[in-house]
Amino acid sequence: MTNLRKAVKHAALLLLALVMLYPVLWMVVSSLRPNSEIFHRPGLILDSLQVQNYGEGWNALASPFGHYMANSAILVLACIIGNLVSCSMAAYAFARLDFTGKRLWFAIMLGTIMLPIHVIIVPQYILFSHLDWVNTFLPLVVPKFLATDAFFVFLMVQFIRGLPRELDEAARIDGCGHARIFVRIILPLMLPALATTVIFTFIWTWNDFFSQLIYLTDPEMYTVPVALRSFVDATVSTSWGSMFAMSVVSLLPVFLAFLVGQRYLIRGIATTGGK
Amino acid sequence: MTALGELQRMRRGSGGTLGGKKENKAAFVFLAPWFAGLLFITAGPIVASLVLGFTDYNLIQPPEFNGLDNFTRMLSDTRLHHALGVTLVYVVVSVPLQLACALGLALLLDRGLRGLAFYRSAFYLPSLLGSSVAIAVLWKQIFGAEGLVNQVLAVFGVEGRGWISDPGTALSTLIVLNVWTFGAPMVIFLAGLRQIPAMYYEAAATDGAGKWTQFRRITIPLLSPIVFFNLVLQIIHAFQSFTQAFVVSGGSGGPSDSTLFYTLYLYQRGFGSFDMGYASALAWLLLVIIAGFTAVNFWAARFWVVYDD
Repeated sequence: MTNLRKAVKHAALLLLALVMLYPVLWMVVSSLRPNSEIFHRPGLILDSLQVQNYGEGWNALASPFGHYMANSAILVLACIIGNLVSCSMAAYAFARLDFTGKRLWFAIMLGTIMLPIHVIIVPQYILFSHLDWVNTFLPLVVPKFLATDAFFVFLMVQFIRGLPRELDEAARIDGCGHARIFVRIILPLMLPALATTVIFTFIWTWNDFFSQLIYLTDPEMYTVPVALRSFVDATVSTSWGSMFAMSVVSLLPVFLAFLVGQRYLIRGIATTGGK
Repeated sequence: MTALGELQRMRRGSGGTLGGKKENKAAFVFLAPWFAGLLFITAGPIVASLVLGFTDYNLIQPPEFNGLDNFTRMLSDTRLHHALGVTLVYVVVSVPLQLACALGLALLLDRGLRGLAFYRSAFYLPSLLGSSVAIAVLWKQIFGAEGLVNQVLAVFGVEGRGWISDPGTALSTLIVLNVWTFGAPMVIFLAGLRQIPAMYYEAAATDGAGKWTQFRRITIPLLSPIVFFNLVLQIIHAFQSFTQAFVVSGGSGGPSDSTLFYTLYLYQRGFGSFDMGYASALAWLLLVIIAGFTAVNFWAARFWVVYDD
């Protein structure tokens, strides 16, 4: 390729990247502008810093926004632990053990990757409301401890299959049972797959709106997405500045997770196809 | 190897057979959480919602069997028909556009382009943010009457309109949002392109094949399983869109039901009016529709997807 063609290609790609990211950049800039300017300034240049948007947004709802951030953080942490424990156990069985009906169970597991939550949410809700779990984090966390995010089971199965079997066999000759092989040999070797699971669970749970909207109706229990939505519904269109400010705050953890875990994210979707 | 590829291989019976002694006890221990999840969280509720679909149930009184009432009600439920139409347009328009962008960019970025990692990240980022409430809030502003889009159009002297408040264009703004998240399938395409051995292209070039011929005879067939995978997954994914329509319309699916996604209608029936029997029937219809689309995809795959194993 000639240098000119290369330059044109890079210019086009850069322009496209700018167009793609422009709305988000504009939101960040607008969150630091007075409300009146948000409707007249399509550019990115800031003449003043309206930092009070952040203060106003932070305190706009019944509790300070930090309360909802803390709720989301607790929820995310619990979901991460649940996925790590339950999915790695299931993956070990599918990748390394031989058992009756394995092919059928495995096919069912793969099938559930594609199962939309909307299909099962009604009976699930009925079950959890009979257990009196509505307005707790339990309906959102307990499924994670039961390996229902089959995507991660599959991701880990793929990873374990790539580990040399000789390691397990040597350990078995030394008298190790499956529990020890799993904990001592497989788990430490599958750290990259576990890291991918952590990052994806973090981002998906942090962003998940549908199930949090359904199970968390008490404002005390609101997580970031649900709180942000109630903010949008409660405010008149004159406070876009503070609404943008809280939107930026809510996206910040996702952005940081992306920066830190990019490598694992890209590898994760490249090997298993993402959600 | 993708989950779909795995399923297809198993269907064709080339998954490899197992022999040797069974380790049922150990497997049961390791799979105990997963079995419990299957029973209570995934497969169990599918069966339960089939049963509930034949009842009238409001969560307070016990469910009452009402035969086919919910299903006959579907036939005359014009809002449901409307929601189906909105969802189908959304899926059928946004998925091909999204995949075309994903494939096009993947081809541009392939083969040792400098700055690949940067471009890939920049294009991938929107697909991580796209399903968040924050981006839906942003969309509500930028496609509003005085939003960013109209401000930019004004710079070029074009008169805009309230894209979201106009029933004729509201759905298009959500289609744009879905296309905006083409980064995830793009990364999958990039990984697929990397699997194609460079020597195929070298050999073709030696034989005098031009770029276009190489693309048609090498890239397209060898990438077709990945295209298929992305197609199936993104269709299923698009059927589940909810957050954007919910936030943009304030939960109503408006204006004039123009953003009433199927999932949004299901939410309104189930969790707005606690009409759990009807919502269960709706959930089953959604499952049947998605399964139908997937089945047609698998069937059509035999005519255009090339397998090398």
